[in-house]
Amino acid sequence: MKILVCISNVPDTTTKVRFVDDNTRLDTNGIQWVINPWDELALTRALQLKEDKNNAVESVTVVHVGGKGSEPTIRKALAIGADDAIRVNAEPQDAWFVASQLAEVVQQNEFDIIFAGIESSDYNGAAVGGMLSELLGVPSISAVSSMDLENDQVKIIRDIDGGKEQMTSQLPLVVIAQKGIAIEPRIANMRGIMMARKKPLNVVEPVEKDTLVEFVDYELPQAKPPCKMIDPENVQELVDLLQNEAKVI
Amino acid sequence: MAILVYTEHWDGQFKKSTFELVSYASKLAEAANTQTVALSIGEVEEDNLRQLADYGADKIISVNQQNLKYVDNQAYSSVIQQVADQEEADILVLAHNNTGKALAPRLSVRLQAALGSEVNQLPASLDPFMVNKKVFSGKAFANVKLKTDRKILTLAQNSFGIYENTQEPVIEKFEPTLSDDQLQTQVAEVEKHRDKLLLTDAELVVSGGRGMKTPENWDKLKALADELGAALACSRPVSDEGWRPHEEHTGQTGKIIAPDLYIAAGISGAIQHIAGVSAAKYIVAINTDQDAPIFDVADYGIVGDAMKVLPELTEAFRKARS
Ligand SMILES: Cc1cc2nc3c(=O)[nH]c(=O)nc-3n(C[C@H](O)[C@H](O)[C@H](O)COP(=O)(O)OP(=O)(O)OC[C@H]3O[C@@H](n4cnc5c(N)ncnc54)[C@H](O)[C@@H]3O)c2cc1C
Repeated sequence: MKILVCISNVPDTTTKVRFVDDNTRLDTNGIQWVINPWDELALTRALQLKEDKNNAVESVTVVHVGGKGSEPTIRKALAIGADDAIRVNAEPQDAWFVASQLAEVVQQNEFDIIFAGIESSDYNGAAVGGMLSELLGVPSISAVSSMDLENDQVKIIRDIDGGKEQMTSQLPLVVIAQKGIAIEPRIANMRGIMMARKKPLNVVEPVEKDTLVEFVDYELPQAKPPCKMIDPENVQELVDLLQNEAKVI
Repeated sequence: MAILVYTEHWDGQFKKSTFELVSYASKLAEAANTQTVALSIGEVEEDNLRQLADYGADKIISVNQQNLKYVDNQAYSSVIQQVADQEEADILVLAHNNTGKALAPRLSVRLQAALGSEVNQLPASLDPFMVNKKVFSGKAFANVKLKTDRKILTLAQNSFGIYENTQEPVIEKFEPTLSDDQLQTQVAEVEKHRDKLLLTDAELVVSGGRGMKTPENWDKLKALADELGAALACSRPVSDEGWRPHEEHTGQTGKIIAPDLYIAAGISGAIQHIAGVSAAKYIVAINTDQDAPIFDVADYGIVGDAMKVLPELTEAFRKARS
Protein backbone atom coordinates (compact mmCIF):
# COMPACT_ATOMS: atom_id res chain seq x y z
CA MET A 1 0.00 0.00 0.00
CA LYS A 2 1.28 3.44 -0.91
CA ILE A 3 0.34 6.65 0.89
CA LEU A 4 0.53 10.17 -0.45
CA VAL A 5 0.32 13.25 1.79
CA CYS A 6 -0.45 16.63 0.24
CA ILE A 7 1.48 19.43 1.88
CA SER A 8 0.78 23.13 1.79
CA ASN A 9 3.45 25.69 2.70
CA VAL A 10 2.01 28.43 4.94
CA PRO A 11 3.21 31.33 7.10
CA ASP A 12 3.89 30.33 10.69
CA THR A 13 0.66 30.70 12.67
CA THR A 14 2.05 33.59 14.77
CA THR A 15 2.83 35.72 11.68
CA LYS A 16 1.43 39.24 11.63
CA VAL A 17 0.20 39.48 8.05
CA ARG A 18 0.73 42.61 5.96
CA PHE A 19 -0.03 43.36 2.35
CA VAL A 20 1.83 45.31 -0.33
CA ASP A 21 1.20 46.62 -3.88
CA ASP A 22 -2.07 48.35 -3.00
CA ASN A 23 -3.07 45.46 -0.76
CA THR A 24 -3.03 43.01 -3.65
CA ARG A 25 -0.21 40.80 -2.41
CA LEU A 26 1.01 39.29 0.85
CA ASP A 27 4.21 40.87 2.15
CA THR A 28 6.43 37.81 2.47
CA ASN A 29 9.28 39.71 4.13
CA GLY A 30 10.37 38.04 7.31
CA ILE A 31 7.76 35.29 7.14
CA GLN A 32 8.70 31.89 8.54
CA TRP A 33 7.18 29.15 6.41
CA VAL A 34 5.89 25.94 7.89
CA ILE A 35 3.92 22.84 6.91
CA ASN A 36 0.19 23.60 7.13
CA PRO A 37 -0.83 22.38 10.64
CA TRP A 38 -3.46 19.85 9.42
CA ASP A 39 -1.08 18.43 6.80
CA GLU A 40 1.52 18.00 9.51
CA LEU A 41 -0.94 15.97 11.59
CA ALA A 42 -1.91 13.88 8.54
CA LEU A 43 1.76 13.21 7.78
CA THR A 44 2.34 12.19 11.40
CA ARG A 45 -0.54 9.69 11.19
CA ALA A 46 0.65 8.33 7.83
CA LEU A 47 4.09 7.65 9.33
CA GLN A 48 2.58 5.95 12.38
CA LEU A 49 0.55 3.68 10.10
CA LYS A 50 3.66 2.76 8.13
CA GLU A 51 5.69 2.00 11.26
CA ASP A 52 3.03 -0.35 12.63
CA LYS A 53 4.27 -3.70 11.32
CA ASN A 54 0.71 -5.06 11.13
CA ASN A 55 0.15 -2.76 8.17
CA ALA A 56 1.54 -3.35 4.71
CA VAL A 57 2.40 0.29 4.01
CA GLU A 58 5.29 0.38 1.55
CA SER A 59 5.94 4.10 1.42
CA VAL A 60 4.81 7.56 2.43
CA THR A 61 5.35 10.21 -0.24
CA VAL A 62 4.71 13.93 0.18
CA VAL A 63 3.63 16.17 -2.67
CA HIS A 64 3.64 19.95 -2.84
CA VAL A 65 2.72 22.47 -5.51
CA GLY A 66 5.06 25.42 -5.21
CA GLY A 67 8.22 27.16 -6.31
CA LYS A 68 11.76 26.27 -5.32
CA GLY A 69 11.39 28.57 -2.32
CA SER A 70 9.23 26.00 -0.59
CA GLU A 71 11.86 23.25 -0.63
CA PRO A 72 12.86 23.84 3.03
CA THR A 73 9.29 22.96 4.03
CA ILE A 74 9.40 19.81 1.88
CA ARG A 75 12.76 18.86 3.43
CA LYS A 76 11.13 19.26 6.81
CA ALA A 77 8.47 16.72 5.81
CA LEU A 78 11.25 14.36 4.71
CA ALA A 79 13.09 14.96 8.00
CA ILE A 80 9.94 14.06 9.93
CA GLY A 81 10.00 10.73 8.08
CA ALA A 82 8.42 10.79 4.61
CA ASP A 83 10.30 8.50 2.18
CA ASP A 84 10.33 10.76 -0.82
CA ALA A 85 8.81 13.96 -2.15
CA ILE A 86 7.40 15.41 -5.32
CA ARG A 87 7.31 19.14 -6.01
CA VAL A 88 5.18 20.44 -8.86
CA ASN A 89 7.10 23.46 -10.01
CA ALA A 90 4.41 26.16 -10.09
CA GLU A 91 3.19 28.90 -7.81
CA PRO A 92 -0.16 27.83 -6.37
CA GLN A 93 -2.83 30.13 -7.82
CA ASP A 94 -6.15 28.84 -6.60
CA ALA A 95 -7.54 25.62 -5.16
CA TRP A 96 -8.65 24.35 -8.57
CA PHE A 97 -5.20 24.93 -10.07
CA VAL A 98 -3.49 23.14 -7.17
CA ALA A 99 -5.95 20.22 -7.15
CA SER A 100 -5.50 19.78 -10.91
CA GLN A 101 -1.71 19.57 -10.51
CA LEU A 102 -2.07 17.08 -7.66
CA ALA A 103 -4.48 14.95 -9.72
CA GLU A 104 -1.87 14.75 -12.46
CA VAL A 105 0.74 13.51 -9.96
CA VAL A 106 -1.63 10.85 -8.62
CA GLN A 107 -2.44 9.66 -12.13
CA GLN A 108 1.26 9.28 -12.97
CA ASN A 109 2.05 7.35 -9.79
CA GLU A 110 -0.39 5.04 -8.07
CA PHE A 111 -1.43 5.66 -4.48
CA ASP A 112 -3.98 3.84 -2.34
CA ILE A 113 -4.54 6.49 0.31
CA ILE A 114 -4.17 10.19 -0.23
CA PHE A 115 -4.21 12.55 2.72
CA ALA A 116 -5.10 16.22 2.54
CA GLY A 117 -5.65 18.68 5.38
CA ILE A 118 -9.18 19.98 5.87
CA GLU A 119 -8.01 23.46 5.05
CA SER A 120 -4.90 25.51 4.56
CA SER A 121 -4.20 28.18 7.16
CA ASP A 122 -3.39 30.82 4.54
CA TYR A 123 -6.37 31.13 2.20
CA ASN A 124 -8.70 28.90 4.27
CA GLY A 125 -10.40 27.47 1.19
CA ALA A 126 -11.17 24.00 2.55
CA ALA A 127 -11.27 22.89 -1.07
CA VAL A 128 -8.19 21.10 -2.40
CA GLY A 129 -8.84 17.63 -0.93
CA GLY A 130 -12.43 17.49 -2.15
CA MET A 131 -11.57 18.81 -5.60
CA LEU A 132 -8.73 16.31 -5.93
CA SER A 133 -11.01 13.36 -5.12
CA GLU A 134 -13.58 14.53 -7.65
CA LEU A 135 -10.92 15.00 -10.33
CA LEU A 136 -9.72 11.46 -9.66
CA GLY A 137 -13.26 10.08 -9.46
CA VAL A 138 -12.51 8.38 -6.15
CA PRO A 139 -14.30 8.52 -2.79
CA SER A 140 -13.43 11.07 -0.14
CA ILE A 141 -14.14 11.21 3.57
CA SER A 142 -13.87 14.59 5.18
CA ALA A 143 -13.45 15.84 8.77
CA VAL A 144 -11.57 12.65 9.63
CA SER A 145 -10.49 12.63 13.27
CA SER A 146 -9.20 9.06 13.44
CA MET A 147 -7.90 6.56 10.92
CA ASP A 148 -6.67 2.98 11.22
CA LEU A 149 -5.86 0.12 8.90
CA GLU A 150 -7.04 -3.45 9.41
CA ASN A 151 -6.20 -6.10 6.82
CA ASP A 152 -5.69 -3.37 4.22
CA GLN A 153 -9.10 -1.93 5.02
CA VAL A 154 -9.47 1.61 6.31
CA LYS A 155 -11.30 2.24 9.56
CA ILE A 156 -12.17 5.87 9.84
CA ILE A 157 -14.01 8.11 12.24
CA ARG A 158 -15.53 11.20 10.73
CA ASP A 159 -16.94 14.04 12.81
CA ILE A 160 -20.42 15.16 11.94
CA ASP A 161 -22.33 18.01 13.53
CA GLY A 162 -23.30 16.56 16.86
CA GLY A 163 -21.59 13.20 16.65
CA LYS A 164 -19.21 10.79 15.00
CA GLU A 165 -19.53 8.13 12.31
CA GLN A 166 -17.40 5.02 11.99
CA MET A 167 -16.70 4.40 8.34
CA THR A 168 -15.05 2.16 5.82
CA SER A 169 -14.36 2.81 2.17
CA GLN A 170 -13.15 1.35 -1.04
CA LEU A 171 -9.64 2.34 -2.08
CA PRO A 172 -8.16 4.49 -3.46
CA LEU A 173 -9.51 7.07 -1.07
CA VAL A 174 -8.85 10.71 -0.27
CA VAL A 175 -8.78 11.22 3.50
CA ILE A 176 -9.41 14.83 4.46
CA ALA A 177 -7.94 15.19 7.90
CA GLN A 178 -8.68 17.43 10.83
CA LYS A 179 -7.51 17.61 14.40
CA GLY A 180 -7.51 14.28 16.19
CA ILE A 181 -6.03 12.28 13.31
CA ALA A 182 -2.85 12.72 15.37
CA ILE A 183 -2.60 14.59 18.65
CA GLU A 184 0.81 16.23 18.37
CA PRO A 185 2.69 16.73 15.12
CA ARG A 186 5.93 14.79 14.95
CA ILE A 187 9.11 16.84 15.26
CA ALA A 188 12.21 16.05 13.23
CA ASN A 189 15.29 14.87 15.11
CA MET A 190 18.93 15.37 14.10
CA ARG A 191 19.16 11.99 12.39
CA GLY A 192 16.01 12.72 10.42
CA ILE A 193 17.36 16.07 9.29
CA MET A 194 20.61 14.45 8.10
CA MET A 195 18.76 11.68 6.27
CA ALA A 196 16.35 14.12 4.63
CA ARG A 197 19.19 15.63 2.60
CA LYS A 198 19.67 12.35 0.77
CA LYS A 199 16.03 11.47 0.22
CA PRO A 200 14.64 11.91 -3.29
CA LEU A 201 12.86 15.21 -4.00
CA ASN A 202 11.54 14.94 -7.54
CA VAL A 203 10.60 18.09 -9.36
CA VAL A 204 7.93 17.82 -12.07
CA GLU A 205 6.64 20.53 -14.37
CA PRO A 206 3.00 21.65 -14.09
CA VAL A 207 0.24 20.95 -16.57
CA GLU A 208 -1.43 23.98 -18.04
CA LYS A 209 -4.54 24.99 -16.09
CA ASP A 210 -6.71 28.04 -15.61
CA THR A 211 -7.96 29.40 -12.35
CA LEU A 212 -11.61 29.70 -11.35
CA VAL A 213 -11.19 32.45 -8.77
CA GLU A 214 -8.99 35.49 -8.43
CA PHE A 215 -7.91 37.04 -5.13
CA VAL A 216 -8.29 40.70 -6.02
CA ASP A 217 -7.20 42.42 -2.83
CA TYR A 218 -7.02 42.17 0.94
CA GLU A 219 -8.05 44.18 3.95
CA LEU A 220 -7.21 43.98 7.65
CA PRO A 221 -10.01 43.67 10.19
CA GLN A 222 -11.16 46.89 11.83
CA ALA A 223 -9.56 47.62 15.18
CA LYS A 224 -11.78 46.78 18.13
CA PRO A 225 -12.63 49.47 20.69
CA PRO A 226 -10.59 49.04 23.88
CA CYS A 227 -11.74 46.47 26.42
CA LYS A 228 -13.95 47.80 29.24
CA MET A 229 -12.43 46.70 32.53
CA ILE A 230 -14.72 45.64 35.34
CA ASP A 231 -13.88 45.59 39.03
CA PRO A 232 -13.54 41.93 40.11
CA GLU A 233 -15.34 42.85 43.33
CA ASN A 234 -18.35 44.00 41.35
CA VAL A 235 -19.27 41.33 38.79
CA GLN A 236 -22.84 42.63 38.88
CA GLU A 237 -21.63 45.40 36.57
CA LEU A 238 -20.70 42.82 33.92
CA VAL A 239 -24.17 41.29 34.10
CA ASP A 240 -25.69 44.78 33.63
CA LEU A 241 -23.47 45.53 30.64
CA LEU A 242 -24.25 42.22 28.97
CA GLN A 243 -27.95 42.76 29.50
CA ASN A 244 -28.29 46.44 28.72
CA GLU A 245 -25.35 47.44 26.54
CA ALA A 246 -24.43 44.32 24.58
CA LYS A 247 -27.96 42.91 24.88
CA VAL A 248 -26.77 39.35 24.44
CA ILE A 249 -28.37 37.95 27.59
CA MET B 1 -31.91 30.48 -13.57
CA ALA B 2 -32.19 29.81 -9.86
CA ILE B 3 -30.30 29.72 -6.59
CA LEU B 4 -30.09 26.19 -5.21
CA VAL B 5 -29.54 25.81 -1.48
CA TYR B 6 -28.66 22.45 0.05
CA THR B 7 -30.47 22.16 3.38
CA GLU B 8 -29.09 19.61 5.80
CA HIS B 9 -31.29 18.09 8.48
CA TRP B 10 -30.65 16.23 11.69
CA ASP B 11 -32.95 13.21 12.14
CA GLY B 12 -35.54 14.94 10.02
CA GLN B 13 -35.27 18.30 11.80
CA PHE B 14 -33.81 21.51 10.51
CA LYS B 15 -31.83 23.82 12.75
CA LYS B 16 -31.47 27.57 13.00
CA SER B 17 -28.33 27.32 10.89
CA THR B 18 -30.46 25.83 8.08
CA PHE B 19 -32.87 28.77 8.26
CA GLU B 20 -29.97 31.20 8.21
CA LEU B 21 -28.68 29.49 5.08
CA VAL B 22 -32.08 29.67 3.35
CA SER B 23 -32.40 33.34 4.39
CA TYR B 24 -29.05 34.01 2.77
CA ALA B 25 -29.99 32.16 -0.42
CA SER B 26 -33.29 34.00 -0.76
CA LYS B 27 -31.71 37.43 -0.22
CA LEU B 28 -29.21 36.49 -2.88
CA ALA B 29 -32.04 35.38 -5.17
CA GLU B 30 -33.74 38.70 -4.59
CA ALA B 31 -30.58 40.56 -5.60
CA ALA B 32 -30.16 38.34 -8.67
CA ASN B 33 -33.85 38.57 -9.50
CA THR B 34 -34.41 34.85 -9.51
CA GLN B 35 -36.01 32.17 -7.35
CA THR B 36 -34.79 30.10 -4.43
CA VAL B 37 -34.89 26.32 -4.68
CA ALA B 38 -34.15 24.33 -1.53
CA LEU B 39 -32.96 20.72 -1.75
CA SER B 40 -33.33 18.24 1.07
CA ILE B 41 -31.85 14.74 0.98
CA GLY B 42 -33.18 12.06 3.33
CA GLU B 43 -36.32 11.54 5.32
CA VAL B 44 -37.97 14.83 6.32
CA GLU B 45 -41.72 15.15 6.88
CA GLU B 46 -43.61 17.56 4.68
CA ASP B 47 -44.48 19.87 7.58
CA ASN B 48 -40.81 20.28 8.30
CA LEU B 49 -39.92 20.78 4.64
CA ARG B 50 -42.55 23.51 4.54
CA GLN B 51 -40.59 25.47 7.19
CA LEU B 52 -38.00 26.27 4.52
CA ALA B 53 -40.60 28.43 2.77
CA ASP B 54 -40.85 30.63 5.87
CA TYR B 55 -37.37 31.92 5.05
CA GLY B 56 -37.87 32.41 1.35
CA ALA B 57 -37.74 29.05 -0.45
CA ASP B 58 -40.03 29.22 -3.51
CA LYS B 59 -39.56 25.59 -4.36
CA ILE B 60 -38.57 22.64 -2.19
CA ILE B 61 -37.18 19.47 -3.69
CA SER B 62 -37.01 16.37 -1.58
CA VAL B 63 -34.88 13.33 -2.39
CA ASN B 64 -35.51 10.35 -0.18
CA GLN B 65 -33.82 7.06 -0.99
CA GLN B 66 -32.69 4.33 1.36
CA ASN B 67 -29.13 4.35 0.00
CA LEU B 68 -28.77 8.04 0.84
CA LYS B 69 -29.26 7.58 4.57
CA TYR B 70 -25.67 8.63 5.25
CA VAL B 71 -23.62 11.24 3.48
CA ASP B 72 -21.46 9.62 0.82
CA ASN B 73 -19.62 12.53 -0.73
CA GLN B 74 -19.69 11.13 -4.27
CA ALA B 75 -23.35 10.13 -4.19
CA TYR B 76 -24.52 13.34 -2.54
CA SER B 77 -22.61 15.58 -4.91
CA SER B 78 -24.02 13.62 -7.82
CA VAL B 79 -27.59 14.13 -6.53
CA ILE B 80 -27.01 17.84 -5.96
CA GLN B 81 -25.57 18.14 -9.45
CA GLN B 82 -28.60 16.42 -10.99
CA VAL B 83 -30.95 18.79 -9.22
CA ALA B 84 -28.80 21.83 -10.08
CA ASP B 85 -28.95 20.82 -13.74
CA GLN B 86 -32.69 20.19 -13.73
CA GLU B 87 -33.34 23.56 -12.08
CA GLU B 88 -30.70 25.32 -14.19
CA ALA B 89 -29.28 26.68 -10.97
CA ASP B 90 -26.39 29.04 -11.52
CA ILE B 91 -25.53 29.64 -7.87
CA LEU B 92 -25.34 26.89 -5.26
CA VAL B 93 -25.31 27.68 -1.56
CA LEU B 94 -24.14 25.27 1.16
CA ALA B 95 -23.27 25.68 4.83
CA HIS B 96 -19.61 25.99 5.73
CA ASN B 97 -19.89 23.04 8.12
CA ASN B 98 -18.38 19.56 7.87
CA THR B 99 -20.89 18.42 5.24
CA GLY B 100 -20.71 21.60 3.17
CA LYS B 101 -16.90 21.55 3.23
CA ALA B 102 -16.98 17.95 1.99
CA LEU B 103 -19.47 18.49 -0.85
CA ALA B 104 -18.80 22.00 -2.17
CA PRO B 105 -15.33 21.32 -3.65
CA ARG B 106 -16.57 18.16 -5.36
CA LEU B 107 -19.44 20.15 -6.86
CA SER B 108 -17.02 22.85 -7.95
CA VAL B 109 -15.26 20.29 -10.15
CA ARG B 110 -18.49 18.65 -11.35
CA LEU B 111 -20.13 21.92 -12.38
CA GLN B 112 -16.93 23.73 -13.33
CA ALA B 113 -18.12 26.37 -10.89
CA ALA B 114 -15.83 28.68 -8.93
CA LEU B 115 -16.03 28.11 -5.17
CA GLY B 116 -16.23 31.01 -2.74
CA SER B 117 -15.82 29.33 0.62
CA GLU B 118 -16.72 30.62 4.07
CA VAL B 119 -18.30 33.83 2.82
CA ASN B 120 -19.79 36.01 5.55
CA GLN B 121 -22.04 38.43 3.64
CA LEU B 122 -23.85 38.83 0.34
CA PRO B 123 -21.65 39.33 -2.73
CA ALA B 124 -20.48 42.94 -3.06
CA SER B 125 -21.44 42.77 -6.73
CA LEU B 126 -22.92 40.15 -9.05
CA ASP B 127 -21.11 41.20 -12.21
CA PRO B 128 -18.23 40.80 -11.66
CA PHE B 129 -19.15 38.32 -8.92
CA MET B 130 -17.23 39.52 -5.87
CA VAL B 131 -17.30 37.89 -2.46
CA ASN B 132 -15.55 38.70 0.77
CA LYS B 133 -13.94 35.93 2.79
CA LYS B 134 -11.71 35.45 5.78
CA VAL B 135 -8.09 34.57 5.06
CA PHE B 136 -5.05 33.80 7.21
CA SER B 137 -7.37 32.34 9.84
CA GLY B 138 -9.11 35.64 10.50
CA LYS B 139 -6.08 37.93 10.41
CA ALA B 140 -7.35 39.46 7.15
CA PHE B 141 -10.19 39.43 4.63
CA ALA B 142 -9.94 39.00 0.88
CA ASN B 143 -12.11 40.24 -1.96
CA VAL B 144 -12.38 37.32 -4.32
CA LYS B 145 -13.69 37.29 -7.86
CA LEU B 146 -15.52 34.13 -8.97
CA LYS B 147 -14.82 33.94 -12.69
CA THR B 148 -17.08 31.16 -13.96
CA ASP B 149 -20.73 31.31 -15.08
CA ARG B 150 -21.85 29.02 -12.31
CA LYS B 151 -20.79 29.64 -8.74
CA ILE B 152 -20.78 27.84 -5.40
CA LEU B 153 -20.79 29.56 -2.04
CA THR B 154 -20.39 28.15 1.45
CA LEU B 155 -21.73 30.42 4.18
CA ALA B 156 -19.88 30.86 7.47
CA GLN B 157 -22.19 29.84 10.29
CA ASN B 158 -23.90 32.56 12.35
CA SER B 159 -22.59 35.28 10.04
CA PHE B 160 -25.76 36.43 8.33
CA GLY B 161 -28.85 36.17 10.53
CA ILE B 162 -32.30 34.70 10.02
CA TYR B 163 -34.93 36.60 8.03
CA GLU B 164 -38.52 35.52 7.67
CA ASN B 165 -39.95 35.86 4.20
CA THR B 166 -42.87 33.48 3.83
CA GLN B 167 -43.56 31.96 0.42
CA GLU B 168 -46.22 29.55 -0.80
CA PRO B 169 -43.85 26.80 -1.89
CA VAL B 170 -44.02 24.16 -4.56
CA ILE B 171 -42.91 20.86 -3.06
CA GLU B 172 -41.59 18.20 -5.41
CA LYS B 173 -39.97 14.82 -5.16
CA PHE B 174 -36.90 14.02 -7.21
CA GLU B 175 -35.60 10.58 -8.16
CA PRO B 176 -31.89 10.73 -8.86
CA THR B 177 -30.07 8.16 -10.92
CA LEU B 178 -27.31 6.61 -8.88
CA SER B 179 -25.13 3.69 -9.80
CA ASP B 180 -23.58 1.49 -7.13
CA ASP B 181 -20.09 2.66 -7.93
CA GLN B 182 -21.12 6.06 -6.65
CA LEU B 183 -21.53 4.62 -3.17
CA GLN B 184 -18.06 3.63 -2.13
CA THR B 185 -18.05 4.63 1.52
CA GLN B 186 -20.02 2.89 4.24
CA VAL B 187 -21.06 4.03 7.69
CA ALA B 188 -20.83 1.16 10.16
CA GLU B 189 -21.80 2.92 13.37
CA VAL B 190 -23.07 6.31 14.48
CA GLU B 191 -22.48 7.89 17.83
CA LYS B 192 -24.57 10.95 18.62
CA HIS B 193 -24.07 13.43 21.41
CA ARG B 194 -27.72 13.56 22.28
CA ASP B 195 -29.33 16.47 24.10
CA LYS B 196 -26.08 18.33 24.08
CA LEU B 197 -26.08 21.89 22.82
CA LEU B 198 -23.73 21.91 19.89
CA LEU B 199 -20.83 24.30 20.20
CA THR B 200 -21.18 25.53 16.62
CA ASP B 201 -24.91 26.20 17.13
CA ALA B 202 -24.63 27.89 20.51
CA GLU B 203 -25.34 31.59 20.93
CA LEU B 204 -23.60 31.69 24.29
CA VAL B 205 -20.32 29.90 24.98
CA VAL B 206 -18.34 29.52 28.21
CA SER B 207 -14.74 28.49 27.67
CA GLY B 208 -11.79 27.53 29.85
CA GLY B 209 -8.03 27.42 29.34
CA ARG B 210 -4.99 26.13 31.12
CA GLY B 211 -5.53 28.82 33.76
CA MET B 212 -8.40 26.69 35.10
CA LYS B 213 -5.59 24.49 36.48
CA THR B 214 -7.43 21.16 36.87
CA PRO B 215 -10.28 19.32 35.12
CA GLU B 216 -12.16 19.35 38.44
CA ASN B 217 -12.40 23.13 38.23
CA TRP B 218 -14.63 22.72 35.17
CA ASP B 219 -17.60 22.37 37.51
CA LYS B 220 -17.34 26.16 37.95
CA LEU B 221 -17.52 26.70 34.19
CA LYS B 222 -20.31 24.17 33.90
CA ALA B 223 -22.36 25.88 36.58
CA LEU B 224 -22.10 29.16 34.68
CA ALA B 225 -22.88 27.47 31.36
CA ASP B 226 -25.96 25.76 32.85
CA GLU B 227 -27.17 29.03 34.31
CA LEU B 228 -26.85 30.75 30.93
CA GLY B 229 -27.88 27.82 28.74
CA ALA B 230 -24.45 28.07 27.12
CA ALA B 231 -22.22 25.48 25.47
CA LEU B 232 -18.76 24.66 26.80
CA ALA B 233 -15.51 25.20 24.92
CA CYS B 234 -11.81 25.08 25.75
CA SER B 235 -8.35 25.99 24.49
CA ARG B 236 -6.18 23.47 22.70
CA PRO B 237 -3.84 22.51 25.57
CA VAL B 238 -6.91 21.63 27.62
CA SER B 239 -8.12 19.11 25.05
CA ASP B 240 -4.57 17.88 24.35
CA GLU B 241 -4.23 17.11 28.07
CA GLY B 242 -7.50 15.20 27.87
CA TRP B 243 -9.21 17.47 30.42
CA ARG B 244 -12.00 18.04 27.89
CA PRO B 245 -13.08 16.22 24.67
CA HIS B 246 -11.50 17.48 21.47
CA GLU B 247 -14.90 18.56 20.08
CA GLU B 248 -14.78 21.43 22.56
CA HIS B 249 -11.43 22.78 21.37
CA THR B 250 -11.82 26.11 19.63
CA GLY B 251 -9.22 27.89 17.58
CA GLN B 252 -7.36 27.70 14.37
CA THR B 253 -6.97 23.93 14.53
CA GLY B 254 -10.25 23.33 16.35
CA LYS B 255 -13.79 24.62 15.99
CA ILE B 256 -14.40 28.01 14.51
CA ILE B 257 -17.40 29.61 16.14
CA ALA B 258 -19.37 32.84 15.99
CA PRO B 259 -21.57 33.03 19.08
CA ASP B 260 -23.17 36.20 20.41
CA LEU B 261 -21.14 35.90 23.60
CA TYR B 262 -17.86 34.10 24.35
CA ILE B 263 -16.68 34.03 27.95
CA ALA B 264 -12.99 33.06 28.19
CA ALA B 265 -11.67 32.09 31.61
CA GLY B 266 -7.98 31.35 32.14
CA ILE B 267 -7.23 31.65 28.44
CA SER B 268 -4.20 33.73 27.45
CA GLY B 269 -5.59 34.63 24.03
CA ALA B 270 -2.89 33.17 21.76
CA ILE B 271 -3.38 34.19 18.14
CA GLN B 272 -4.24 30.58 17.22
CA HIS B 273 -7.00 30.54 19.81
CA ILE B 274 -8.41 33.87 18.68
CA ALA B 275 -8.58 32.54 15.12
CA GLY B 276 -11.47 30.37 16.25
CA VAL B 277 -13.46 32.96 18.19
CA SER B 278 -12.78 36.33 16.59
CA ALA B 279 -16.20 36.29 14.92
CA ALA B 280 -17.93 36.25 18.33
CA LYS B 281 -20.03 39.38 18.72
CA TYR B 282 -18.89 39.94 22.32
CA ILE B 283 -15.91 38.49 24.19
CA VAL B 284 -15.56 38.53 27.97
CA ALA B 285 -12.13 37.73 29.43
CA ILE B 286 -11.37 36.62 32.97
CA ASN B 287 -7.66 36.39 33.61
CA THR B 288 -5.24 37.00 36.50
CA ASP B 289 -2.71 38.61 34.17
CA GLN B 290 -3.72 42.12 33.16
CA ASP B 291 -1.28 41.98 30.23
CA ALA B 292 -2.72 38.77 28.75
CA PRO B 293 -3.37 39.26 25.00
CA ILE B 294 -6.99 38.14 25.45
CA PHE B 295 -7.73 41.65 26.75
CA ASP B 296 -6.71 43.08 23.34
CA VAL B 297 -9.62 41.31 21.67
CA ALA B 298 -12.13 41.28 24.54
CA ASP B 299 -15.01 43.72 24.91
CA TYR B 300 -15.30 43.31 28.67
CA GLY B 301 -12.54 42.18 31.00
CA ILE B 302 -12.06 41.20 34.61
CA VAL B 303 -8.56 40.92 36.04
CA GLY B 304 -9.02 38.30 38.69
CA ASP B 305 -8.93 34.67 39.75
CA ALA B 306 -11.38 32.66 37.67
CA MET B 307 -12.02 30.27 40.58
CA LYS B 308 -13.42 33.18 42.55
CA VAL B 309 -15.00 35.23 39.73
CA LEU B 310 -16.89 32.39 38.01
CA PRO B 311 -19.08 31.38 40.99
CA GLU B 312 -19.83 35.05 41.72
CA LEU B 313 -20.77 35.65 38.13
CA THR B 314 -23.02 32.58 38.10
CA GLU B 315 -24.73 33.89 41.23
CA ALA B 316 -25.13 37.37 39.72
CA PHE B 317 -26.76 35.94 36.60
CA ARG B 318 -29.07 33.83 38.72
CA LYS B 319 -30.20 36.91 40.65
CA ALA B 320 -30.63 38.96 37.49
CA ARG B 321 -32.92 36.29 36.05
CA SER B 322 -35.14 35.80 39.03
C1 LIG C 1 0.04 25.40 14.74
C2 LIG C 1 -0.61 25.74 16.04
C3 LIG C 1 -1.99 25.67 16.11
C4 LIG C 1 -2.63 25.99 17.32
N1 LIG C 1 -3.99 25.93 17.35
C5 LIG C 1 -4.63 26.28 18.50
C6 LIG C 1 -6.05 26.27 18.58
O1 LIG C 1 -6.76 25.93 17.62
N2 LIG C 1 -6.65 26.64 19.73
C7 LIG C 1 -5.93 27.01 20.84
O2 LIG C 1 -6.53 27.34 21.86
N3 LIG C 1 -4.59 27.01 20.79
C8 LIG C 1 -3.92 26.65 19.67
N4 LIG C 1 -2.55 26.64 19.66
C9 LIG C 1 -1.84 26.84 20.93
C10 LIG C 1 -1.70 28.29 21.31
O3 LIG C 1 -0.52 28.81 20.74
C11 LIG C 1 -1.62 28.46 22.84
O4 LIG C 1 -0.54 27.68 23.31
C12 LIG C 1 -2.88 28.05 23.58
O5 LIG C 1 -4.01 28.66 23.02
C13 LIG C 1 -2.76 28.47 25.02
O6 LIG C 1 -3.83 27.94 25.76
P1 LIG C 1 -4.31 28.61 27.11
O7 LIG C 1 -4.64 30.01 26.87
O8 LIG C 1 -5.34 27.74 27.69
O9 LIG C 1 -3.03 28.44 28.06
P2 LIG C 1 -1.91 29.48 28.50
O10 LIG C 1 -1.32 30.17 27.37
O11 LIG C 1 -1.03 28.70 29.41
O12 LIG C 1 -2.71 30.56 29.31
C14 LIG C 1 -3.28 30.34 30.55
C15 LIG C 1 -3.84 31.69 31.00
O13 LIG C 1 -4.53 31.52 32.21
C16 LIG C 1 -4.27 32.63 33.06
N5 LIG C 1 -4.52 32.19 34.41
C17 LIG C 1 -3.74 31.42 35.21
N6 LIG C 1 -4.35 31.21 36.38
C18 LIG C 1 -5.53 31.84 36.34
C19 LIG C 1 -6.60 31.97 37.24
N7 LIG C 1 -6.59 31.41 38.47
N8 LIG C 1 -7.67 32.72 36.88
C20 LIG C 1 -7.71 33.31 35.66
N9 LIG C 1 -6.73 33.20 34.76
C21 LIG C 1 -5.65 32.46 35.10
C22 LIG C 1 -2.85 33.00 32.76
O14 LIG C 1 -2.62 34.36 33.08
C23 LIG C 1 -2.78 32.75 31.26
O15 LIG C 1 -3.11 33.91 30.53
C24 LIG C 1 -1.89 26.35 18.47
C25 LIG C 1 -0.49 26.41 18.37
C26 LIG C 1 0.14 26.12 17.18
C27 LIG C 1 1.63 26.22 17.12
